[in-house]
Parts: sequence; structure tokens; C-alpha cells
Amino acid sequence: MSAVPTPAGGEAIPAASLDIVPLLLVPAVALVMIPFVGSFPAWVTLTIAGLAMGMMIFIMASGLTLVFGLMDVLNFGHGAFIAVGAYAATLVLLPLSGWSGADSVLLNLSAVALAILVAMIATGLVGLVFERLLIRPVYGQHLRQILVTMGGAIVTEQLLGVIWGPDQIPLPIPETLRGAFVLGDVAIEKYRLFAVVVGLAVFLAMFLVLNRTRLGLLIRAGVENRPMVEALGYRIRTLFVGVFVAGSALAGLGGVLWGLYREMLTATLGADVVVMVFIVIIIGGLGSVGGCFIGALLTALVANYAGFLAPKVALASNILLMVAILLWRPAGLYPVGKR
Amino acid sequence: MLRTLLSDDTPRSRVLAALLVAVLVGLVVAPFAVSGPRALNTAATICIFVVLVASYDLLLGYSGIVSFAHTMFYGIGAYGVGLALGGMGPTWWALFSGLGLALLVTLVLALAIGLLSLRVRALFFAMITLAVASVFGVLASQLSDFTGGEDGRNFTVPEVLRPGTRFIEAEVLGRAVDGKLLTYYIVLVASVAIFLVLLRVVNSHFGRVLQAIRENDFRAEALGYRTVVYRTLANVIAALAATLAGALMALWLRYVGPKTVLSFEVMTDILLIVVIGGMGRMYGAVIGTVLFVLAQNYLQAGMGQASQALSALPWLAKALHPDRWMLWMGMLFILCVYYFPTGIVGKLRGAGK
Repeated sequence: MSAVPTPAGGEAIPAASLDIVPLLLVPAVALVMIPFVGSFPAWVTLTIAGLAMGMMIFIMASGLTLVFGLMDVLNFGHGAFIAVGAYAATLVLLPLSGWSGADSVLLNLSAVALAILVAMIATGLVGLVFERLLIRPVYGQHLRQILVTMGGAIVTEQLLGVIWGPDQIPLPIPETLRGAFVLGDVAIEKYRLFAVVVGLAVFLAMFLVLNRTRLGLLIRAGVENRPMVEALGYRIRTLFVGVFVAGSALAGLGGVLWGLYREMLTATLGADVVVMVFIVIIIGGLGSVGGCFIGALLTALVANYAGFLAPKVALASNILLMVAILLWRPAGLYPVGKR
Repeated sequence: MLRTLLSDDTPRSRVLAALLVAVLVGLVVAPFAVSGPRALNTAATICIFVVLVASYDLLLGYSGIVSFAHTMFYGIGAYGVGLALGGMGPTWWALFSGLGLALLVTLVLALAIGLLSLRVRALFFAMITLAVASVFGVLASQLSDFTGGEDGRNFTVPEVLRPGTRFIEAEVLGRAVDGKLLTYYIVLVASVAIFLVLLRVVNSHFGRVLQAIRENDFRAEALGYRTVVYRTLANVIAALAATLAGALMALWLRYVGPKTVLSFEVMTDILLIVVIGGMGRMYGAVIGTVLFVLAQNYLQAGMGQASQALSALPWLAKALHPDRWMLWMGMLFILCVYYFPTGIVGKLRGAGK
């Protein structure tokens, strides 16, 4: 690893190097599955569904993996943040049901955008409080960290119950995003396409921030070698709080998408999906955003194909995938530095 | 004699010793001291949870490993006995072959999970066990032809253990001497025995090495102990004990279902009890379980009354609703991790010195 040059003036910020093999895994898995699925339209539908699910999981997982890479903190309360995001969306989408039910693309999308904004602010704040109250006192102590964040998750989920009541809350998809495009034999649900677009946008934004800005350079350097960045005089603590809040806000965004996808909210909504999130960040390599992206797509695609071919064991497919990947690359697809 | 039985790990506090004796006496006389099936059910639950929590403490408290798969092994024990008795008929042979098979499955799974993920670090193990356990839970409710799905399975136990079997016609101290009573005492004796074995394990040379690894695994490795081997063995022993606890639970309830033995709520209950009772202190499992189960069974009703009395303050009333029981437990849990890392038993022992 060459020394990071001081980014002075117009000097280009060095980009992360690229390892191509895991990237090819996603299309390879998709193509191999064509003969197994049998019919081409079914395959397209499954693949789109898998990609959409993968994007949603990526959004939820990206913050978690980055926080871990930067500060060696694994937040077991991340699932609760996802639920908080979904519930916060009801604050906008239910009163504005006129907007989301209207026959206007603009009104529909602005309702969703507003819901996402509110959810991200809410989860960002929850993340800030969480970091201050729970995580800060137990830095560097993994055991207590796991216990405390788990406790925090329980309390947060229960508070959702106190505020919103114990009943399930329906969260209807806005009019524009309902239904499907039909191209010949292939039906593509609009909402899934929407999720793919949002997911790609988030990935692109993260990629640009991490690889093309000074802030991103600092974050990547911090993941790679924290003491060195501190020695150079940067306050990695402040950076970390920022990343933690941003990661929580992304969990909120993921929560809104996931809630709309499920169309029904329960307080355990996040806890259900957080298992997938954990599998994804293990597959991707703890701390690696790129690995997290590939891992999310792989996991979701495999889960969808398995769900079609052998519905009862679909969830076990994730574990098998994880074991296979770990046998191939024991530290995940993109191992990060010292880990 | 008593010292040998307790593996030289005496309570070391008068209050704690008195409490432990009170719990044991209470459990022994429970069927005759209290009436009604609910009280007996509470007593049996306490017995089984003591084993379950103590075995988890072997991992969390003594080895410093966080596992979220403990209920999975508990479930394997329960389903093993339940499905064998349901499928092969109510014979002792079915009971023990089901138990044997469950122990075998547990052994293989615990070894596999341990060897795959304990090499790396505690965090990794926590994540992997969480994933495996949740998949196991989903499988148990999905494969409904085999497991009965969400509804679970009722089954009949060997004839001697059935409530219909009366050993003495007359009632003794207001309690019918029937198969249910016998089952209770089997559960009690087995639980005490397993607890003593676990106490023996943590106070052996092996247990000391585990604690050394917990404190500083690098140093333990440097002293020549293979940390992976020790951690994996601890995981296997804890898992086997949990399987036995599950088998006892199935025998007691004559029912297995995902809600009672596999749900994540059971897992969080175990975590709470270990931390509140005292991590790394086997007796903490006893005290913590008794307090928790009693509170869960009787305090929750009190919360309901408080909630109704406070209906003028809707927020507080909602927060005190019996369904929000875990809210308060969760807060207590966090406070315990911060301020009382040694739990109730640690406090009692500290005060006795």
C-alpha cells in the first residue's frame, strides 16, 4: 500500500482499486439461472425483483458496514432504525393520502420524497441519540457493545409500540408506483423499478462521495488505518458521528422503501430484515461498501431464484451462499485492510 | 459433601446462600404449597429456564461469546422429543431416541458453527448465530408437514407421565398425585443435576481457561491454549445443555411450537436474565430466572392495573400497558450492562465481603 499523498490543490484524489471477479459473480449467477427457471419472462421478473430487493437491502446495510469499518462498532440496533424509518414515513404518507392517492405523478412522487426526507431526519436523530447514550460509553468493548445495542433495539422497538400502538399499520404505495409495465410476456412491477432506481442513485452518490471528495478520502483512510489519520490531526470521532448519523438516515430510507414494499408495518419489520443485512455485510467483507453492494445483489437474487424453485428452503439459501462465499474468501468478497 | 456437590463454588454470601436455599425449598414444596396448574407451571418454567440461562452464561459470562442461537438448540431439544413422541407413539424408547437424535444434531450444528465462525472474533460469531437461528426458526414454521408449522404439535407422553395416571387415589395436601406431579419432579431433579454439572464445568480447569480466554485471548493463546478449541467446546457444552432443557420443556408442556421454544423473544429473555442475574456467575442464573419469571407472571398483571389507573395520562398509561413489559426490561437491561456488570449476584457477593 503506497502512502496517501497530501491532497493539495487540484491533485486528483486516489480512487480505490478494483477487484473484478466478485463483480462478475452477479451477472454469472443471473445467467446460470435461466435454464433452471425455464421460462424467460419468469426469469426477467425474478431478476428484477431480486435486484430491487438487493438495492433495498444495500441501502439498509451500507451504513452499518461503513460504521463498522470506521470505528469497529457493530450496531445490533440497526434493525430498529429501519423500523423507525418506516414508521416515520406514516407521519407523512397517511395525512397526505390525498397526495399519494391523487392521479398526478408529481404529487405522488413528492409525497414519497417528503416521507423519505422525514424518515431520514427522524432516523438520523435517533442515531445521534443512540450514539451519544449507548455506544459512546462502550467503545472498544465488543461484548458490552453487542449487549447494549441489542437492549437499545428492544427499547426502540417498544417505544414504536408506545407511540403508534400495537396494531399493524397499512402503508399503501402511491398511485403512480402501483401496477406493472407489461412488455410482451414480461411484467415488471413499477415499484420494484423505483427501488432499483433509488438504490442505484444511493450507490452512485456514496461511490462519488467516498472516491471523489476529501471527506470520502478521510473516511476511506480511517477505515484503512485509523491511528494514522488521527496522527495526521483529523478528528476521526467527529467524522465517525457524522458517518453514524448518515448510516442511520440510510437505514431510515431503506425502512421507507421496505415498508412500502411490504405495505404493512409492524415494529419487528426491521428485525426481520436485519438478518439479511448481516448476511450481506459478512458476504461483502465487514467495512466494504462495494462488497456490501455486490453481496446485497447476490443474496437477493439467490433468495428470489430459490424462492421460485424451492420456496420452503429459500431462506436457507442465504446461509448456504454465505458459507460458500466464506469458504472461497474467508474475510468476505472485499476484505478490508487489517480485518 | 455439599462442597463437592457445588464444585467448591459456594455462594460466598449469607444473603445469596439463604436465597438459594429458599428457591430450592420453594421449588421442592411448590406443588403442595400452592394450588392450581398455573403456579405449578411457573415453578416448572423456573426449573427449565435456570438450566437454559446457566448454559447461556457458560458462553456469555464465562467465555465472553455472544450467541443468538441458544434458542435454536433449545428448540432442537424440544422438537426432537416432541416429534419423536408424536411420530413413534408415546413410548420411552421414542422419548430417548428423539432426545438422542436431538443431541446428535445439536452436536454437529454447534461444532460446525463454532469451527466456521469462532476462529475470527466474537462479533462474527454473534452475527452468524443470529442468521442461522433465524433461518432455523423460519424453516421450523415453513416445514409444516413435519413440524406442525406455526401451530406446533401436541403429542402424548409415556403413560406414567400423563395427568390422567393416578398413583394414589386420595389427594395429598390438596394436590392429586398424578403423572403431572411426577413429571414436575423429573423436571426438577434433572434441572438441578444439569445445573450442578454446569457448575462443575465452569469451576474445572477447563472453565478457568475459558475465563482466561475471555479476559485476554491473545495471552491465553501465547500460554499454549488453543482458543478455538476451547471456545468451540464451550459452545458445544452450552448447546447440549440447552437441548436437554428444551427436551424437558417439551415433556412438561406436551406441546412444541415455534412461539414457545424458537422465538426471538425467548432469546432476549435469556439475555436479560443472564445480565440481570449476573454474567459469569452461575448462581446469577438461579436468582435472575426466579425474579424474571415471577415478575413476568405476576408483575405484568400489576402493570395492567397501573395502566388503567393512569388512564388520565394517556402516554404513561400506554407505556405501562402489559404489552410494553419489554420496554422496562430493556431499560433495566441497559442500565445493568452499564452500572451493574456483575448483576445481582455480583452485588450480593460484593456486599458480603
